[in-house]
Amino acid sequence: MSLTQSPLDSWLPRVPLGAWTEAAVDWATASLGPFFDGVATVVETLVRPLDDLLTGVPAVVVVLVLAGLGWWLRGWKFAIGTAVGLGLVAGMPYWEETMSTLAQVLVASTLALLMAIPLGVLVAENRRASAVARPVLDLMQTMPAFVYLIPAIFFFGIGTVPGVLATLVFSMPPGVRLTALGLRQVDKEIVQAAESFGAPPWMVLLRTKLPLALPTIMTGVNQVIMLALSMVVIAGMVGAGGLGKVIMFALSQIEVGSGFEGGIAVVILAVVLDRLTDSAGDRFPSARAQRLAREAA
Amino acid sequence: MAPATRCASRFPSRRGIVSALTVQSLYKVFGSRADEAVRRLADGKPRAEALAGLPATAAVIDANFEVRPGEIFVVMGLSGSGKSTLIRMLNGLLRPTRGSVRVDGVELTTLKPAALRKLRREKISMVFQHFALMPHRTVLENAGYALEVAGLPKAERRERAMDALRMVGLTEWADNLPHDLSGGMRQRVGLARALAAGTEVLLMDEAFSALDPLIRREIQDQLLELQAELGKTIIFITHDLNEAMRLGDRIAVMRDGRIVQIGTAEEILTDPANDYVAQFVADVDRTRILTAASVMEKPQQVLDVNAGPRVAAKALRESQTSVVYVTGPMKRFLGTVTEDEVLRALREGRPHLDGFVSTERVRTVTGDTSVADLFADCAESQHPVAVLDERDRLIGVIPRITLLSALAAATPNEPTQGQDQVELVGTKGEPA
Repeated sequence: MSLTQSPLDSWLPRVPLGAWTEAAVDWATASLGPFFDGVATVVETLVRPLDDLLTGVPAVVVVLVLAGLGWWLRGWKFAIGTAVGLGLVAGMPYWEETMSTLAQVLVASTLALLMAIPLGVLVAENRRASAVARPVLDLMQTMPAFVYLIPAIFFFGIGTVPGVLATLVFSMPPGVRLTALGLRQVDKEIVQAAESFGAPPWMVLLRTKLPLALPTIMTGVNQVIMLALSMVVIAGMVGAGGLGKVIMFALSQIEVGSGFEGGIAVVILAVVLDRLTDSAGDRFPSARAQRLAREAA
Repeated sequence: MAPATRCASRFPSRRGIVSALTVQSLYKVFGSRADEAVRRLADGKPRAEALAGLPATAAVIDANFEVRPGEIFVVMGLSGSGKSTLIRMLNGLLRPTRGSVRVDGVELTTLKPAALRKLRREKISMVFQHFALMPHRTVLENAGYALEVAGLPKAERRERAMDALRMVGLTEWADNLPHDLSGGMRQRVGLARALAAGTEVLLMDEAFSALDPLIRREIQDQLLELQAELGKTIIFITHDLNEAMRLGDRIAVMRDGRIVQIGTAEEILTDPANDYVAQFVADVDRTRILTAASVMEKPQQVLDVNAGPRVAAKALRESQTSVVYVTGPMKRFLGTVTEDEVLRALREGRPHLDGFVSTERVRTVTGDTSVADLFADCAESQHPVAVLDERDRLIGVIPRITLLSALAAATPNEPTQGQDQVELVGTKGEPA
């Protein structure tokens, strides 16, 4: 109690929210143990082989594959940029950590999207789901990233698994939001046209709404991946391997050099992933058709 | 092509059903307490007054009409008159608050979702204001959409979609995406999509309103041509009076959610139900809508060919005119006899007018000739133009001065002319 508290404030009821949360987490740890073990096994079996693969093959192969992908999606200029950037990372001592981070980002964002897109559809189609989802998503997005790590440690201990799962939860909201937004923005008249010819709801969703919402959904995919990358670094605090670990170590030892190297590796990885996923959306015929239609209008 | 539609409206109804689509006391109220709103609106008060204090808006109030098979039924009204809401209740895109919609005898308002979808697939399709094509599908895939929904095999889908594209003249664009096409072409794809569905009833929601005037005219012609061939039942929504008059076999005028008048273009022009309709139609090009039958006068001096010259002379003296219209057996129109010829017949002591009757000095037209097409005949005809029915019986005459006053009444922007119009209508001729 602070000394400046007025007597009126003593009328306010004390809310032991922290204690409740602890109780809830305790209960979950005690009674949902098998469930968490299952989740941990799934994440583990996804991350480990991918991590092994990316760190196992020679750096040159990874650089060339990503540069080739860049060429296909965006053209030769971006391919050269990708090769130079990743070449720089490969020339620094943290290539393996960078690949571990990439593996964690890919697994976390894939799982996040597998949940976020169906949830987004539900939110767009169902008013009640939308009313529930809104405050929950707000909470998820404004909660400081570090806070997710605490229950993750409780449920999954220290290591890569709690890091990936905290990342998954943290990066999901934009996927849900942008999927719902994209679906809601589909031209009402086009949806009515589909309905007026007797198309059932699933057909309207799969063949009309989703293809037309795709550009917005792809923006969501991009956002999810970017958030996952930022969170994976923070997850270094709970012992997740990769660049997060490098940066945490540099922070604790006040090593400017390795801290900067780790940071630059994150930046380069972020730019490459961002540009790749940003342009991937345009590979879909529906997205291209809509862009052309907008340009023509 | 306008005459073609007029014929279409006279097609005998198929399958013996008098009405392809029937709407009875249909209401759509948005907002809460809809029942209370409907109750208050039912006694005919204007909607603003009836709904004062209620958290509800009424888009359609007590709509009643029947659309006949093979007819183009136009619903015309300004924005906010409820016409778009009305058309969306006809295929169940909007659920009516109260009332009945029957398509081909099936009550639509109580159908379960699956049955409603079946009805849409089989009986009723729609063309949209902004085309509503799927931008990610080719023109052919768009045209075949209804068939895809119906689950037809790909080859048959392609064939029928191609047929529909052929009807609107777009086969060579089949593999393009909609954005390659101009607005007019896109709406032709929209039309092809509805035609390919093969439904009897076609709903067209402001289908041509987003097109510029020249294109609009072209696609209207195309619709009328197709309609003459296919004889669909079309419900066409528009805010454009000229479009309504051009396309509609019958027109329903909507205002503030209510249908204020239903009738042919001519009925609405010549006999508006109220001041609102009268004002609305004030600036339409009447010469294209009004027909000879609506401006003609009663012929005053009609004699049978067997009448003697004395009778003719008496008729001329009494009516102070110089020409007699002569009819033969079955009242068929034969021609005219002038004053001079009547005198000659008298002098020569002829028993009747036979031999003096001439068709050279008078032009004949049919009752449904538009006023715009009358000018040449009127100019060339020495005597008032004779208006004949389908059995060549004389039903009226049009003196030049009558045509000129009809024209004066048809020219917009002079406040008194509406009244001239009414007077002219008052002189409508009776069959002789």
